[in-house]
Amino acid sequence: MTLGFYPGCSLKGSSREYAESVLAVAKAFDINMEEINDWNCCGATAAHNMNKELSLALPARILSLAEKQGLTEIVVPCAACYSRLTVTKYELSKDPALKTAVTDANGLEYTGSVSVLNIVQMLDKYITPNLEGRVVKPFDHKVACYYGCLLVRPHEILKFDREEDPQSLDVLMLKAGATPIDWAFKTECCGAGLSVSRTSSVGRLSGKIIGDAKDRGAEAVIVACPMCHSNLDMRRDAINSYLGEKIDIPVLYITQAIGLALGLDRKALGLQRHFVKVSV
Amino acid sequence: MSKIGVFVCHCGENISATVDCAKVAETAGNYDGVAYSVDYKYMCSDPGQNLIKSAIKEKGLTGVVVASCSPRMHEPTFRKACAEAGLNPFMCEMANLREHCSWVHEKGEATTEKAIDLVRILVEKVKYNHSLSEIKVPVTKTALVIGGGIAGIQASLDIANTGHKVILIERDPSIGGHMSQLSETFPTLDCSQCILTPRMVEVAQHPNITLYTYAELESLEGFIGNFKAKIRRKSKSLDEKLCTGCGLCTTKCPAKKIPSEFNEGLGKRTAIYVPFPQAVPNKPVIDRINCTYYIKGKCKICEIVCPTGAIRFDQEDQIMEVEVGAIVIATGFTVKQPDFFPEYGFGKYPDVITGLQFERLASASGPTLGEIRRPSDGKIPEKIVFLACAGSRDPAKGIPYCSKICCMYIAKHAMLYQHKVHGGKSYVFYMDIRAGGKMYEEFVRRAIEDDGVNYIRGRVSRIYEKNGKLIVDGADTLLNAMPVEIEADMVVLATAGVANEGAEELAQKLHISYDPYKFFAEAHPKLKPVETNTAGIFLAGACQAPRDIPESVAMASGAAVKVAGLFSQDELTREPIIAVVNRQAPPVYSSCVGCFLCISTCPYQAIEKEEIKNRNGEVIKSMAKVNPGLCQGCGTCVAFCRTKSIDIQGYTHEQMYTEVMALLNEY
Repeated sequence: MTLGFYPGCSLKGSSREYAESVLAVAKAFDINMEEINDWNCCGATAAHNMNKELSLALPARILSLAEKQGLTEIVVPCAACYSRLTVTKYELSKDPALKTAVTDANGLEYTGSVSVLNIVQMLDKYITPNLEGRVVKPFDHKVACYYGCLLVRPHEILKFDREEDPQSLDVLMLKAGATPIDWAFKTECCGAGLSVSRTSSVGRLSGKIIGDAKDRGAEAVIVACPMCHSNLDMRRDAINSYLGEKIDIPVLYITQAIGLALGLDRKALGLQRHFVKVSV
Repeated sequence: MSKIGVFVCHCGENISATVDCAKVAETAGNYDGVAYSVDYKYMCSDPGQNLIKSAIKEKGLTGVVVASCSPRMHEPTFRKACAEAGLNPFMCEMANLREHCSWVHEKGEATTEKAIDLVRILVEKVKYNHSLSEIKVPVTKTALVIGGGIAGIQASLDIANTGHKVILIERDPSIGGHMSQLSETFPTLDCSQCILTPRMVEVAQHPNITLYTYAELESLEGFIGNFKAKIRRKSKSLDEKLCTGCGLCTTKCPAKKIPSEFNEGLGKRTAIYVPFPQAVPNKPVIDRINCTYYIKGKCKICEIVCPTGAIRFDQEDQIMEVEVGAIVIATGFTVKQPDFFPEYGFGKYPDVITGLQFERLASASGPTLGEIRRPSDGKIPEKIVFLACAGSRDPAKGIPYCSKICCMYIAKHAMLYQHKVHGGKSYVFYMDIRAGGKMYEEFVRRAIEDDGVNYIRGRVSRIYEKNGKLIVDGADTLLNAMPVEIEADMVVLATAGVANEGAEELAQKLHISYDPYKFFAEAHPKLKPVETNTAGIFLAGACQAPRDIPESVAMASGAAVKVAGLFSQDELTREPIIAVVNRQAPPVYSSCVGCFLCISTCPYQAIEKEEIKNRNGEVIKSMAKVNPGLCQGCGTCVAFCRTKSIDIQGYTHEQMYTEVMALLNEY
């Protein structure tokens, strides 16, 4: 079978290992991931802070291209891209005038027929039902599942998981053989874009997350967002200097953890690309 | 030939701003049968009414159309004016130019045209109006009060003291409601039970009040003055006449670990229990779900120890039918439990409690005998945090309204904590302090200034446990949203006040309306706060919206006066807008063919079979007959009647067709 694939900028750059692991897991289940041709930026945080129409036109173009390519379902692993694409579908379905303005600007037909899946939804729908018997090396570790802000918010649009105490990653990791811990920072802010401009703030915010995960005995942090990953992994020096101790708990994408449980090659999952060595 | 008067009202500018009233009056004046047509600024004013009265007398009008507001507002006014001028009041009709036209359309010719059409319809209708007379119905001078909290207690006592009978039913084993659970009350800090229990005793002893606890409304039929209520008296497994309330059974019952509802789960009770020492009636009930005998088939220790042999294991629920003339609903409210708040621990942390639970901790009759001790380990909390607006004023949680009582009880809680735990630190996170009430603001200031409670304006995003402490993460919005982190020993959530369990079901049984939050709807938000849209059914207390004690009591007394007013009459008059089956001269008698489909569709059981007999007593025709005392004029039978033999008086087939034809300009 074939699913559409929208990588977004991160999966082509700083989080190549996320893309690699998504594709590796998909391949293991004979799912063909077809990248959307000529895709563009989702608009990220910048667009919707400046111009609403632009912030909808950019994701709408991606969705139009997917329609043109004959795709009915597209997988969007980045939580920020997923949020933008889903919000766009929601806004355009509510406001015909806006839809016309956006399609005119793009010069592409848009019907809203493509459904957008985040990585958890994709795994839930196509991987976990067939997981039985495929787990060769259970991910037998205590894990802290970290959802960040965008995967589950805003609830009234995404209608995915529950906002304050999400469970979907925990359930997936349980199926992969892990022991998800009960902890308090599942949806706290990692510092997001301050990664570049105010690294010390990220050290503090992400520090609280890593600190609590450590205090509660987590051996790995599981994420589903490139931004979360880069802050918790790449900014570990800032985190450690905020906490005043050296914490080496690795941060894995959900697809990397599942890939390990499936016995996939560590390099194919991109585990060597992390700043904090993945020793699990 | 009809002589109809048309009276077009400007309603100040409410109608005339968008409708050309003079033109409406002028056009109407040219219709066949219209003898007089005029427009006036305020038709409901005395001069306006006099205009109608003098026209009736001088022109000999046979029908009146007042083109003004909704008949809900002024139909009684204008009908009365007509009656005073000697015209049957049911010869007066109203065209709703305000709500149906001027308020909802822009100024313009089309709007005036619509107004003209509305008048035209009624002019044609009124030609087919008949003189009708009001229906008299008797009043059963007994009130049913549902709910035995402070509102129900007050309403019952007030009605009973006017000399009328009251039946008070309460779902729980004792009356008293939430007020009996409270420790002290704001803004005077007087003990809640001390002021409540005398009223409870008075209810039990009042000769005019019949109290049924452990009882619920099963169903309700009838109408104002003449309700028939079925009450389910749940089995107490006890012969109340024999029970002396000695309490031996409750001390010997082996099932001792059942969370006590009265103590909000913080204390335990037995399976046969009296909810609290001052309960009225002070006689136990057996909670069958938790009773060893009902679960395992053996035990019966209570039966063995009972000195009077009052235990009845085989007692069944009783359904009792009572006739009442009015109903006061006082079923109260409940509060959201901590499991509604994933961000505050999702009910996981035993030391995150609700305000109602704190009341039990602070109460001398509570599980800690009034000492503030946290539920997890019984330690006295050195730092305590109170969270206002837990759920309230939060559209994302589906509760956009203010629960109203929390600001005050939080100030009281913090104050009680400071009085009881010397050297303890208390914090209150709040959005706004809403202390509108006599001595309320002063009370809050006292908590802050005299008792040193730390008020922090901001919300709490998360509570989590770390090293045995509850970490409360919040923000201080008066300090530029600076993050605040408090390591607390206990947290009290002022969880939103919400409609009681079963409110929706009860509203449907009573045929009253309720709001989106399942609070019962008053008939008018300002002018009819204790009435419902169903005549004869009144509201008191927090079943209508979150209310504090003084408001509940005031509302209850208000409802009681309404009931007393109703009971001051021997007969009620009802509008004759009811169904009638047509009668014709013999040998036809009626076009009714006796299919009796109407009987099966009537929701009020108001239709019966009538047999027409000849001189020899032989039945020659069997047809439907409407009981005017029971018919509510809903019209369901009219829609079902296949021979069109039933009409609603004032809304006959003839009148309806005429209205439609008038709209189609067929006249």
